[in-house]
Amino acid sequence: MPISTAEVDHVALLARLKLSPEEKAAYTGQLNAILEYMDKLNALDTTDVEPTAHVLPLRNVFRDDVARPGLPREKALAGAPAASEGQFKVPRVV
Amino acid sequence: MDLHYLTAHELGELLQHREVSAVELTEAIIDRIEAVDGRVQAYLTRTAAEALEQAKAVDAARARGEDPGPLAGVPMALKDNLCTEGVRTTCASRMLAGWVPPYDATVVRRLKEAGAVMLGKLNMDEFAMGSSTENSGFFPTRNPWDLERVPGGSSGGSVAAVAAGEACYTLGSDTGGSIRQPAAFCGVVGMKPTYGRVSRYGLVAFASSLDQIGPITRDVTDCALVLGIIAGHDPMDSTSADLPVPDYRAALRPDIKGLKIGIPREYFGTGIEPEVENVVRRAIAKLEELGAVCEETSLPHTEYALPAYYLVAPAEASSNLARYDGVGFGLRVPGRDIIEMYMNTRSQGFGPEVKRRIMLGTYALSSGYYDAYYLKALKVRTLIRRDFEAAFARYDILATPATPTVAFRLGEKAGDPLAMYLSDLCTIPVNMAGLPAISLPCGYSQGLPVGLQLIGKAFDEATLLRVAYAFEQATEYHRRRPELGVA
Repeated sequence: MPISTAEVDHVALLARLKLSPEEKAAYTGQLNAILEYMDKLNALDTTDVEPTAHVLPLRNVFRDDVARPGLPREKALAGAPAASEGQFKVPRVV
Repeated sequence: MDLHYLTAHELGELLQHREVSAVELTEAIIDRIEAVDGRVQAYLTRTAAEALEQAKAVDAARARGEDPGPLAGVPMALKDNLCTEGVRTTCASRMLAGWVPPYDATVVRRLKEAGAVMLGKLNMDEFAMGSSTENSGFFPTRNPWDLERVPGGSSGGSVAAVAAGEACYTLGSDTGGSIRQPAAFCGVVGMKPTYGRVSRYGLVAFASSLDQIGPITRDVTDCALVLGIIAGHDPMDSTSADLPVPDYRAALRPDIKGLKIGIPREYFGTGIEPEVENVVRRAIAKLEELGAVCEETSLPHTEYALPAYYLVAPAEASSNLARYDGVGFGLRVPGRDIIEMYMNTRSQGFGPEVKRRIMLGTYALSSGYYDAYYLKALKVRTLIRRDFEAAFARYDILATPATPTVAFRLGEKAGDPLAMYLSDLCTIPVNMAGLPAISLPCGYSQGLPVGLQLIGKAFDEATLLRVAYAFEQATEYHRRRPELGVA
């Protein structure tokens, strides 16, 4: 069992997910089955293999530093669950 | 004449010769949707009024003597993870159930400039995570060939709509096979272009190093025409390639004499249905008959692509989906403080598969497991790329089955995530290597369509289309349409 219920709790917290007891039990079992399948990868020796994070040979893609029109503030806020005085509104943080 | 089952290029010609108007054609497809969508359930949002306005504008342009382009006035629809200004875009998630984007995806802007008539937004697995469209947060879509079976996924709505005559072509997105696998299940043509060929600006992100947008069509000519409209460099996507876009339609010459095709034996291994293998082998024999030189080859790391993918894709997804926090857009579920608000929002907004992948990805990236899982998967990704590089030193294209089985029944794999993941066995390696691939109808098994997958060199979609066209012109599979109990 690569992953315990306590670890499922920890990962859920990191992912900002609140899981019901049923979900916790189901995910613990399913994640273990999936991770056991992943162990297949350990059959490969990758000591000297470079990782591929991305397939294109791209490095820092820059645009000219010229101001251009962006999304107007009211359009950017139009889909927000709560907005006030031209800004996103969230519950009190401090 | 059944307008709804003609190809987009045939309809484009009828429009150009004024044998039908864009408004008449749009009305015909809207009627078709009314007739069959209650059973197929491809559409999440319909925009009939806007579509008729767009059709009127194309008719007016032609009346003024303008040439608005070969597909202008042809009705189409979009997977619901492509942003459409003013039209809700849900990703089939309760998280975005009422979200209306403030801008168009680049592909949507390009289609509008080409005179596209947009009928609406199509169902999918939530956030494109799934292989059957059963993970939609709203309802499942059904396979037009057999309504008790899945259309595949995640672009199930996009593919079912084309197969059922509810749109003349559509766009989907493909992260691990989400265009090609359902295209195979529903007997239509689906292409995943090379990573970087089509701008991802305005595609709601799932796994950013794997996602590509591509066309779903009734034949290869339509695929070439639609790809020509959506492909090309876009400064709004830093990963979009600054390369010229060839004239794909001009590439459609049915001549493949001497072309070298590799047949990787790993794609015919365990899990493939014998009848699917027979159909695909017969299709390969047809390519040989047409003059191609086919040879068995090996991509030795194929079996590791699926486990590596299910670490890389969820890892990227767990990061991309962090944005759904109840602040900027979409659902908010209140809580005592901001952390509880985040947790309530995400727990109620995401469905089970999305949560499962976020959990898997978060675990793979978390302290203590990063090297063992995520970094390991990235290294295996290098080995998969090298397999393809070695093969393409010897072959022009590779031919494989698009899926190991025909479409499965609704509910058949819903309780077993790993079994569901295995249905993308043939398509996932291509995304890991960033290559272009096309799935096209190549026969039938149990009365259900089987797809042939052709895989090409990076940015060589033209050769893929040429081979697919040669096969299509020599066969009749692409002309068959599902019955659906109506004329």
